Amino acid sequence: MGFVWFWIVAVMIAAYVVLDGFDLGVGILSPFLGRAEDARRTLYRSIGPVWDGNEVWLLAGGGTLFFAFPLLYASSFSGFYLPLMIVLWLLIMRGASIELRMHIDHEVWRSFFDGLFFVASALLAIFFGAALANVIRGVPLGADNYFFLPLWTNWRVGPEPGILDWYTVIGGVVALVALATHGALWLVLKAPGELEARARNAASALWVALLVVTLISLPATIAVRPSALDNYEAHKILYAIPALVVATLIGILSFTKQRKPLAAFLSSCFYLVFMLVGAAVGLYPTLLPSSSDPARNITIATALAGPHSLHVGLIWWSLGLILALAYFIVSYRLFRGKVTAEAGYGH
Amino acid sequence: MDALLLHRLHFAFTVTYHYLFPQLTMGLALLMVVMKLIAFRTGNDRWNQASRFWAKIFAINFILGVVTGIPMEFQFGTNWSEFARRTGGVIGQPLAMEGVFAFFLESTFLGLFLFGEKRLSKLAHFGAAFMVFLGSWISGFFIIVTDAWMQHPVAYHLLPNNTYEVSSFWQFMLNPWAWIQYAHNMCGAVVTASFVVASTGAFYLLEKSNEEFGRLFLKIGVIAGLVSCVIQIFPTGDFHGRYVAKYQPAAIAGMEGLFRTQKGAPVVLIGQPDENAQKIDNPVPINDVLSFLLYGTTSAEVKGLNDFPPDQRPEPLPLLYYSYHIMAGLGTWFLLLMLVAAIMLWRGKLYSARWILWPILLSFPLPYVANAAGWMTAEIGRQPWLVYGLIRTAEGYSIHVSAGNALFTLLGFLGMYSVLSILWIVLVYRFIRTGPAAAAVALPEPEPATLTTV
Ligand code: HDD
Ligand code: HEM
Ligand code: HEM
Repeated sequence: MGFVWFWIVAVMIAAYVVLDGFDLGVGILSPFLGRAEDARRTLYRSIGPVWDGNEVWLLAGGGTLFFAFPLLYASSFSGFYLPLMIVLWLLIMRGASIELRMHIDHEVWRSFFDGLFFVASALLAIFFGAALANVIRGVPLGADNYFFLPLWTNWRVGPEPGILDWYTVIGGVVALVALATHGALWLVLKAPGELEARARNAASALWVALLVVTLISLPATIAVRPSALDNYEAHKILYAIPALVVATLIGILSFTKQRKPLAAFLSSCFYLVFMLVGAAVGLYPTLLPSSSDPARNITIATALAGPHSLHVGLIWWSLGLILALAYFIVSYRLFRGKVTAEAGYGH
Repeated sequence: MDALLLHRLHFAFTVTYHYLFPQLTMGLALLMVVMKLIAFRTGNDRWNQASRFWAKIFAINFILGVVTGIPMEFQFGTNWSEFARRTGGVIGQPLAMEGVFAFFLESTFLGLFLFGEKRLSKLAHFGAAFMVFLGSWISGFFIIVTDAWMQHPVAYHLLPNNTYEVSSFWQFMLNPWAWIQYAHNMCGAVVTASFVVASTGAFYLLEKSNEEFGRLFLKIGVIAGLVSCVIQIFPTGDFHGRYVAKYQPAAIAGMEGLFRTQKGAPVVLIGQPDENAQKIDNPVPINDVLSFLLYGTTSAEVKGLNDFPPDQRPEPLPLLYYSYHIMAGLGTWFLLLMLVAAIMLWRGKLYSARWILWPILLSFPLPYVANAAGWMTAEIGRQPWLVYGLIRTAEGYSIHVSAGNALFTLLGFLGMYSVLSILWIVLVYRFIRTGPAAAAVALPEPEPATLTTV
């Protein structure tokens, strides 16, 4: 049961990153690609009807985490109190900026929300990356399974870490670059004409950065948490996952060059998925490692909810997921094709 | 200030603010479905235009509900971690189900409803509106199931590690408390929407613009308002009260300000509770009524606060007492107002009777007050328990999150929500100013295509 729910939660988080990832990426790129009002409108339109549904994966994933691993939810959410609250504020600002911007046709009003959209998107990407890095690095869990982390201490990976240290900053940068690339590839797919070309250039430029930060993050992770390799050593086949990360990176570049935008975007989706799966494999069966004493790790066994709840949960979860997938297919089909600044959705 | 109090205020403030939006969303979703249904049946396109106009306000409101709702989902972990750890196996379930079953539904079909009118057939578009309605009402249901379990825990058992899990899924979902609370609460949402719609209608008639729409809005608002106000009091409010009397007797005593146990207990209409002297100042009592309402006979004994040990009495008592009285008082006012308005409507005089249009116009904020007061009654009445009889509020909060940190984020939310309120008011005012006629003409292309722009 624990194994199943671990991967259910992991899949939901991955779905969130892949889906909300591209609209965060569009936000990160917005000041660079959307200089003219026309282009900016196209940017917003490319994510307009879907961003809210994408964000629901965060809620559904969070709810599922709460339900399946209450101890993990309780400990990590209270321990990462401040950064989580900041994430919530950023989500509020970002949602408001996407939806309120168009309602008043005034330069100052629109610019204000454009700025907010950019800042909130970029900071969210950084925070999400840093959060994952915190989980990999471990936190100072107390005997009661709780902890509390300040935003920063001395920026070192030590027994008294902060949310931000050199390692988690790397995590934040990886996420920033990866989601920006992801967003650029989405725009290549959705945007028409000149904007498409500019998005393609951005994607190619970002690709180099993505390669560099990915290659830095792997050894950094092993340095910070050597035990991340345990599962890989036990089952050598798992080394296929980092190999797939490299393969998807190559895919992004070559499909972009060959003008196959859908294949390039899907490569980027799989890049994100394999990065996350790689991290999950490194952790399993730990959910939240202790930075000082492995005996205090929060593991699947210590955090799992009661058996009856989980059993029933499996039934409604499967049902709900089928429905959710059906809605997604309906909505992405209806809004498929290129968007433009003037008319409605193409086709 | 101590950390417990701040965590309580943190949750209370953010959830009360959040609920300002869903109550209109849920009520308006129903009214929009009804408007589309009337348009369908009568072929009168005005009703379509009316529903399009409300869809714009709905969309803005929905977005604010979404952005203020996200923090709620996380606060069980951030501010109430010990509660979350111990009850996650129970209440995590409806919360996760809400995401999986309701939010996906709503967010998808809202997109279709708002952008799809050109692209979908009439029937399919009506279907999309219906799905939005369904999604928001399902979402309300799962939240109420969660809250009802905290008010009246059923179908649980304790695991060896001192956490709770559901022992029977269906008993948990069929918790009778949840169904009564759901009926009363959803009805309250319809009251809010009816008043908002009727009040907008009254505004147009008073200023003599958009009068055709003003009449439509008044008609549907007053009829829906009357029906929902009646149901609000009887049977749902009445049943809810009996349930509270049965399972949370201390809460009822606090709500009524009843200090001494007595037979033939009175209902006090107005009066100020004085906890030290154990009495109500300046009371306007009606004898025997409370006993009758709760137990069906005027002579039944109702237990007073003095007969509960001090650590079982709800706190803060005066706030509980006033919340309840404000809710019930406003409920009475709503019923009277809607009754008079409905009689005038029936006799064909409503649209020109300024003396009744004015109170309708001015009453639109009151259902928000009544709903918030009702929730405060429920939540303070539950004190000192977080889960009634099982976990005390003082045991549930995040002990490692200091008072300073809690205050910091509470202030952050206060600031951010003040700004959101201003934006909301400005935008809704602009929609109402622009008016439904303009909205109807401006429809054709989904120009700028985000969720809130039709
Ligand atoms: C428009 C809003 C509105 C109006 C006019 C009323 N209520 Fe209400 N009431 C609510 C909105 C509400 C609510 C917000 O929906 C509550 C809070 C929790 C809940 O489920 O419903 C509630 C709770 C609530 C409770 C439960 C308190 C508890 O759980 O401790 C009782 C006993 C009543 N109501 C009774 C009444 C009566 C007798 C009314 C008649 C005058 C009345 N309400 C009018
Ligand atoms: C919109 C409706 C709601 C309003 C206005 C509301 C209001 C309040 C208020 C005023 C308090 C503070 C009570 C006190 O400390 O004296 C509170 C506490 C709380 N409520 Fe609610 N509530 C609402 C819905 C819910 C729901 C649906 C849940 C559960 C899913 C919930 C869970 C809690 C929790 C966990 C606390 C903190 C613990 C406590 O003080 O009891 N509330 N709420
Ligand atoms: C009586 C209390 C509540 C009711 C009836 C209610 C109902 C709703 C509804 C209908 C929505 C849809 C969006 C909207 O209406 O604007 C919504 C949004 C939301 N609510 Fe509440 N809510 C309540 C309190 C809470 C609480 C206590 C939580 C925390 C668990 C919560 C979590 C959310 C979330 C996460 C969203 C955003 C969902 C989305 O993306 O569509 N709500 N709520």
